[in-house]
Amino acid sequence: MSETTVSEANNGSHSQASNISEVTIRLAGNSQDGIQSIGGFLARLAGRSEREVMTMMTIPSTISGGASIFQVRLGSGEVLSPGDKADVLFAFYQHSYDNHVNNLAKDGMLVYDSDHVEPHEEWLTKYRHIGIPISSLTVEAIGGTARDKGKNLYALGLIGRMFSLDTAKLERLINERFGGKGESIVKTAMDAFQSGYRYHSDDISNLFRLAQGGAERSNQVVMSGNEAIGYGLIAAGVRFGAGYPITPWSDIMELLRRELPKYGGSFIQCEDEIASVSMAIGASYGGHVGVTGSSGPGISLKTEAIGWAVMAEIPLVVIDVQRGGPSTGLPTDVEQSDLNIALYGGHGDSPRVVLAASDVEDCFYTAIEAVNIARKYSVPVFLLSDQAIATRIEAFNEPDLKTICKDVELDLSPVASHKPYDLSSGDGLSQHRAPGTRIEDGRYPVVTGLEHDESGHPSGDAVNHIAMTKKRRNKLKTLADELPVPEVCGPDSGDVLLVGWGSTKGPLLEAVEQLTNEGYTLSSMHIKHINPLPTSLEDILPRFKSVYIVEMNDGGVYGYGQLAGVLRARYADSRIKGINKTAARRWKVSEIIERVKARLEEETAAA
Amino acid sequence: MSDSATMERPPQDAEERQPVTKKEITADNPTWCPGCGDFSVLSIYYKLIQKRNIPHENVTTVAGIGCSSRFPYFVQAHGVHYIHGRALSFASGLSLSRPDLHVFTFGGDGDAFSIGGNHFVHTARKNVKMTYVVMDNFVYGLTKKQTSPTSPIGFKSKTDNWGAFDQPINPMKLAISAGATFVARTSHTNPKHLLEMMEAAMDHDGFSFIECLSECTEFFAGAFDNSNPRKGGEFKLMPEDHDPTDEASAYALAGEDFPGRFGIFYQIQRSTKNALEASVIEAAQDKFQGKPDSEVLQATFNRMK
Repeated sequence: MSETTVSEANNGSHSQASNISEVTIRLAGNSQDGIQSIGGFLARLAGRSEREVMTMMTIPSTISGGASIFQVRLGSGEVLSPGDKADVLFAFYQHSYDNHVNNLAKDGMLVYDSDHVEPHEEWLTKYRHIGIPISSLTVEAIGGTARDKGKNLYALGLIGRMFSLDTAKLERLINERFGGKGESIVKTAMDAFQSGYRYHSDDISNLFRLAQGGAERSNQVVMSGNEAIGYGLIAAGVRFGAGYPITPWSDIMELLRRELPKYGGSFIQCEDEIASVSMAIGASYGGHVGVTGSSGPGISLKTEAIGWAVMAEIPLVVIDVQRGGPSTGLPTDVEQSDLNIALYGGHGDSPRVVLAASDVEDCFYTAIEAVNIARKYSVPVFLLSDQAIATRIEAFNEPDLKTICKDVELDLSPVASHKPYDLSSGDGLSQHRAPGTRIEDGRYPVVTGLEHDESGHPSGDAVNHIAMTKKRRNKLKTLADELPVPEVCGPDSGDVLLVGWGSTKGPLLEAVEQLTNEGYTLSSMHIKHINPLPTSLEDILPRFKSVYIVEMNDGGVYGYGQLAGVLRARYADSRIKGINKTAARRWKVSEIIERVKARLEEETAAA
Repeated sequence: MSDSATMERPPQDAEERQPVTKKEITADNPTWCPGCGDFSVLSIYYKLIQKRNIPHENVTTVAGIGCSSRFPYFVQAHGVHYIHGRALSFASGLSLSRPDLHVFTFGGDGDAFSIGGNHFVHTARKNVKMTYVVMDNFVYGLTKKQTSPTSPIGFKSKTDNWGAFDQPINPMKLAISAGATFVARTSHTNPKHLLEMMEAAMDHDGFSFIECLSECTEFFAGAFDNSNPRKGGEFKLMPEDHDPTDEASAYALAGEDFPGRFGIFYQIQRSTKNALEASVIEAAQDKFQGKPDSEVLQATFNRMK
């Protein structure tokens, strides 16, 4: 919590709110308590108040119930990560209290439900404790039958009071959220919220005032990474998809199933992963770019079909919301360990495109880019997200949908002749003609996974196989030339370049900022296009003495992770080294800082 | 995508266009062995296309992997040679996203009932509109004589030198119990009956499944002789009083000893997945009264502020 008047808040005089520029609140309870919705309300409020917000949640892998947390970081400046430590911890149960105190910042504040939590002596002196009988006060406010329901809104009211939040806006959000469920539900929700807000105690009344955000962040939308991918696909004109349930991908599937019919499309829940990818490919063949997706194990199952799409040169978008692996692994935790399968999953030489989204807003735009690349290059495109981005909520500037949205019409206009695997262009690009297209010379295409000649006929000819392998590879080289060169943040040459991909971006930027403030000279770069790598990336890496690839996967036998492996193979540069984490938790800013410092010390000692 | 036109609706210039000729619809020389039953299925497919005057550009043939799955190469039309066992899933994606086409899928017994067994069951129960012809030869031919899921007990293959002993799948029973809405059986030796079944399958609004006995002369010669009158067997049609909507009766007939019956075992009308999805689309779009997609998405985004 960056306070400008810290002393005022701590000297017992709470009549005047202290001004803060950002705050991290962690809500710890059980999954059925609806603590996610408190976070959701706060995130939306931030979006409507020109503030930046980032949230983080954990979902228990138990089927019902189980401990769950939601962390929300609100700021008037740039918010790049969900925060390492919480400034305020809301503990609803003893286990929430016991297990999350160590995530509280040094001068943090602990608000606990005194109906359920017995504070520990040794922590009472360490952290400021505020006990409020949240459960019984909620029952008092909305009636005894509600049991635990409504506690979340009561807590939201308390938060509103503590941080002098705009209650009119919050009430409007509650109305919108519950409006469709009937008057009595809205009234109950509102009663719970208002009782929380009116809870009278000097301890919590108007403690803080969160500074207003910058004016340039106007008109924000608030959503999770999975939602952003789903809506990005729709904006890009995707009208067909197929999938199979698996965490944390399922949200995207549910969203597309619900939303696509509005646009004349369908999303089909299939009997398995193989059917899903096959249906999506079938739709692509029919002329509508198909999408499928999954997480870890499901991606493994799809690989044969993806190889077919590479060989047959059919557009396809594959979303992989990565989780901890291998095998069933850590289904509800984060890891960036599917890069290798995205790049190489499949037999034979099967070049495909791999993109990685770095935050919620980027999920939206990268999904659009994935679809456009698939269409133009007739190739499977992997979009890698991960559990951390999938479930976290951010506010971002509303996209200009009028210019972005594509109405893609099926083109079945007759052609004089057609070669589905035309080699003449040299750039590797060719386009299919969907069934229903009349080919006037009467020579119709067969699309196939057998090696084939230009018209799709099977061919085992060596010269042909060389030419076709080159074609499938060349189109990626063509794409590489069109890709933007990644931006280097900080000096564009120097001692250390930290390279990240995917959800590592925010913490990495924050770490570099802090290290720079401490007097270190270093830069960072984020790679979104992993296959192909943008042409001229090779000019950047040699400008730094050391290049560390920061990723959430194992350093492996040789001490570097999956992206580092790609870069070392590509640039034959042994200065590329890994900073890896396999805890199945997101990178904390402080961890990156510690690891970078330790690495620098090691290298200085060795030098 | 919500266009519910059928492939039989002629294009605007249809009056000027002649039905496709056999020469126009014939492509590569089939790579099948001499005497293979699949030749007969191919020539009946040509006949069906001509007889039903399917516009050339709308003929869409999908197959998986196996001898019979080479089929699309031999048809001069839009065609797909997909991966082993998944042709039905591919064809489902095509059928559901392109309701203007009637998709024909061809495959063998390994493709349909072994590696693709799961997809067979689910495509049947979902009633995805298409015609699926399984050319059943009771053996893996392309990989040269291994036991197939329909190999009869006692069949000596390279993987069962002593004779197969696993219970074979009964395709009729499987299809009926999976929820298929059109289940028929025919043989390559009776082209007239084969065409009749193909036409009935094409006219069926839903997933229409035909098991066509198709002899592998190389690895299981004579397998179907006792269903072929020319070889001293009997081509036994369904009883005249059989009611194809009677599931129990269809199932009982499917249980008769080999060579069993030929004809339509089971046929009912049930909403296709295509129609059900289209009605979801219609209901969803109704609310937006033809607004452009960007405005529909904008309305959603407005609720996320």
